[in-house]
Amino acid sequence: MVRYLITRVGQALIVVALVTVIAFVILHLLPGGAARATLGKEATLDQLAAFNHTMGYDKPWIQQYLLYVQRLLHGDLGYSFQLNQSVLEAIVQRLPKTMVLSLLSTLLAVVVAIPLGVIQAVRRNRWPDYAITSLSLLAYATPIFFMGLLMIILFSQVWPILPPEAPQGFTVAEVLADPAGLVLPTITLAIVTVAVYSRYVRSAMVDNLNENYVRTARSKGLPERRVILTHTLRNGLFPIIGLLGMYLPALFSGALVVESLFNFPGMGQLFWQAALKRDYPILLGVTVIIAVATVVGSLVADLLYAAADPRVRLRRSAS
Amino acid sequence: MTVVEEEHPTVPLWRQGLRVFAENRLALVGAGMFVLLAALSFLGPLFYHTDQVHTDLTAVNLPAGSPGHPLGTDGVGYDQLGRLMLGGQTSIIVGLAAGVLATAVGTIWGAVAGFAGGWVDSAMMRVVDAMMSIPALFLFMLLAAIVTPSVPMLIFIIGAFAWLGPARLVRGEALSLRSREYVQAMRAMGGTGGRAVRSHIVPNAIGTVIVNATFQIADAILYVAYLSFLGLGVPPPAANWGGMLSDGLADTYSGHWWLLYPPGIAIILIVLAFNFIGDGLRDAFEVRLRRR
Repeated sequence: MVRYLITRVGQALIVVALVTVIAFVILHLLPGGAARATLGKEATLDQLAAFNHTMGYDKPWIQQYLLYVQRLLHGDLGYSFQLNQSVLEAIVQRLPKTMVLSLLSTLLAVVVAIPLGVIQAVRRNRWPDYAITSLSLLAYATPIFFMGLLMIILFSQVWPILPPEAPQGFTVAEVLADPAGLVLPTITLAIVTVAVYSRYVRSAMVDNLNENYVRTARSKGLPERRVILTHTLRNGLFPIIGLLGMYLPALFSGALVVESLFNFPGMGQLFWQAALKRDYPILLGVTVIIAVATVVGSLVADLLYAAADPRVRLRRSAS
Repeated sequence: MTVVEEEHPTVPLWRQGLRVFAENRLALVGAGMFVLLAALSFLGPLFYHTDQVHTDLTAVNLPAGSPGHPLGTDGVGYDQLGRLMLGGQTSIIVGLAAGVLATAVGTIWGAVAGFAGGWVDSAMMRVVDAMMSIPALFLFMLLAAIVTPSVPMLIFIIGAFAWLGPARLVRGEALSLRSREYVQAMRAMGGTGGRAVRSHIVPNAIGTVIVNATFQIADAILYVAYLSFLGLGVPPPAANWGGMLSDGLADTYSGHWWLLYPPGIAIILIVLAFNFIGDGLRDAFEVRLRRR
């Protein structure tokens, strides 16, 4: 386990370092460079040169990169002149709200997907399996914003029981104080996730149902209910832990769309508005933070998976 | 099974695959859906002429079923059915091209990494990990904010970052293929690494790659839709289904359903079509596995 832990943490650190390289390269791909992006079209050459000098952009590339990393390590992600706020401050305000949305919808997705996947595996290649598979495919093929809109039409227009807008509170506490507003965004984000997760639970359960220990349990005369719910399900659930980590990037992409649609002031909306206004410091800062969150999230999921299922760490440290 | 049998099977492998594909009803439905949508988009305008360049402010928001406009008109007077055809062209072209580009780049990257092994493999795969840890939509938006989106640009942006999935997949295949006896035999006879990748690893992984490519196409079409929804799609008078759908969102409360549901349903159908085709192809390619 210790060896697996060291390898996995080492890999994660390398990945984070590479992410900073990618962000740095993109910063220099900007049309006219960062100076032009910050000062705008009207800036004179002298102003650009002065800005480049203050920011250290006239130094050699290697030195600039080291400077960039040094600033990152000190929590200096840059300054958004459009928001008149440091990037870190803007992110700290919004990240918790995105976390609330992501956590709630993941929780909902897991709670719904596990029973669905189990039903599919137990009744595989019969109508319950086909019905759930078709619905999953349909959910997967529907753009999230269209799904969200259908939700709004259904639950706020045709049958007005829920507000069409997400909570507008400034803090997490204020957001949680308006649970009705959270319902539609959470469900919308969860639906696509359910489609992906239930497929995994189904195949993990099908694999396990063919194992010898299941046959043993059955031949001991255990009721089918116990064979499935206690023996098979426990093993079938392990892959879900790993999947939670793997699915993080897709979850954040989905949150970005859901936040824009329901006007939820989280990271996704911050990023979206920055993209429309070409606010590059915010764009790069959010990208780095989201990437680090993804790496840390998958690392935690992988370690939990390995802790829960010894086969994983044995297989992986052997290869 | 001997080598001679492998070289002269009674029924060619591809024909067996085709038969399995044809027996898979869902795959045929998918192929049929794709052909219909492509015909509507590319052949439709030959028979149904509309002006999709000049706006017509005397005929805005006409409901579906209006004379001369079976699906009505949008907020600036474009005929909705004609626009659906034009938008379909963009969505299908960008989806196909980005899916194929991503698959090609990913296949080469994964094959080289998996075959090289060692630190080359580690280095190449860490790059993939790093790019994958940035959620795709964030990357696409970042790039779309830097360049001016156009059809070739969208293909490039999506293709340039969607290759990561195929790269991981092919690398896994390459790792298992390179230890097979026939590859090692060729190497022992003095064959180069490049030859192993070219004539053994890529052809043997091709089934997995093609199946994955169909899913890539479906995802690329969805990504174009998301970029359009987020305001970073192709600017008018060009159109794509995602852009039309997000324009239609603004009309929800005015009850202009003909601006919302046709592009929405078109996207769902084409994404489903490619998923059905992918599932069918997977079964067809497994013929090879079944024979072993």
